[in-house]
Amino acid sequence: MFAWMVWTTPVAVFFCCIALMLVGMTVWEIKAPTVSRKGFLPIATTRGDRLFIGLLAAAYINLGFIGLAGKLAEWLSLAQEPSIWISFVVSMAVLALILRRG
Amino acid sequence: MKPINQKAWWLVLPVVICVAFSAVLPLMTVVNYSVQDIISPERRVFVGTEWFAAVMRDEELHAALWRQLTFSLAVLAVEIPLGIALALSMPARGWRASLVLVLVALSLLIPWNVVGTIWQIYGRADIGLLGAALAWLGVDYSYTGDATDAWITVLAMDVWHWTPLVALLCYAGLRSIPDAYYQAARIDGASRLAVFRYIQLPKLRGVLMIAVLLRFMDSFMIYTEPFVLTGGGPGNATTFLSQYLTQKAVGQFDLGPAAAFSLIYFLIILLLCFILYNWMQRVGTADREGAGHE
Repeated sequence: MFAWMVWTTPVAVFFCCIALMLVGMTVWEIKAPTVSRKGFLPIATTRGDRLFIGLLAAAYINLGFIGLAGKLAEWLSLAQEPSIWISFVVSMAVLALILRRG
Repeated sequence: MKPINQKAWWLVLPVVICVAFSAVLPLMTVVNYSVQDIISPERRVFVGTEWFAAVMRDEELHAALWRQLTFSLAVLAVEIPLGIALALSMPARGWRASLVLVLVALSLLIPWNVVGTIWQIYGRADIGLLGAALAWLGVDYSYTGDATDAWITVLAMDVWHWTPLVALLCYAGLRSIPDAYYQAARIDGASRLAVFRYIQLPKLRGVLMIAVLLRFMDSFMIYTEPFVLTGGGPGNATTFLSQYLTQKAVGQFDLGPAAAFSLIYFLIILLLCFILYNWMQRVGTADREGAGHE
């Protein structure tokens, strides 16, 4: 039925994480409704806003890293391009920071 | 601070289901395409982030992105002030108001490809009114041969097609301002400019936000009109993002890079709309707070 979507395991894992995140946020919201507050971000945000901003920032960090990986290898005289796991860890740290202090 | 009640979100559930079917599933497919080299549905190879890397390092894409951003900002810079000016000069009531409304709305009723064809003929020096008039004035104009002429023609075409939308939105906004505001301004002896700055412009904020977002997103995704008018040329002068994407996906059938590019395109639109929306919300809040202190 879903063969036309040409699924791959990493993409399936990615969307499962997104779905779990949405379910988790909904349950959290029901248990403890969010309060809009102002952190280091220039606007007052709710929990959902911070998740959205954090995920968007994470996507841009990963994309930026992929775009610059060739140049980074050249600048740092690396034998091969740096692993994207580096940007993944950085992006998750940024996501956590925005969720916590944004 | 009082917690926000979020229960009303359940009311949007039917829309969420429709959107899931029409947008989320296709989007998931695009994500799947973006990490694979699809030779045929049975023969596909997982390539990880390779297509993203190729797209991110594509010089032609960078050029198309800059062209697109410049075009969208130019569209906003021309259409928003022009739309406001047009709305301010339109008659408020009577048969003239109805007539002007119909005339202004005319260009909005024309399909995109027809708009492209109209301008294609309009700009020709041999049979088009604009081209012939410019040739008669001695202006060296050719939207098929000169990159700047082509770019300006596409911009003029978009302004011609879509400024009425901004004007109609602003007109509706202006008509919703109660007369009491104008009466108070008259008593205070406010100038025409002061009435615009302190009454009309703040009251137009809501419709302007819609106009800016609509025009930005629409112009950022522009495809049909430049495709019909210039075909993206001369050279790549009017090849905007969606045309570049179509060339990749349909022209060269590079589904992987096209999918990766679509996702980057999606992220750019998401970020820019988020910034624009928040910026305009913030301007509105500052206005309300300013009014509260006065």
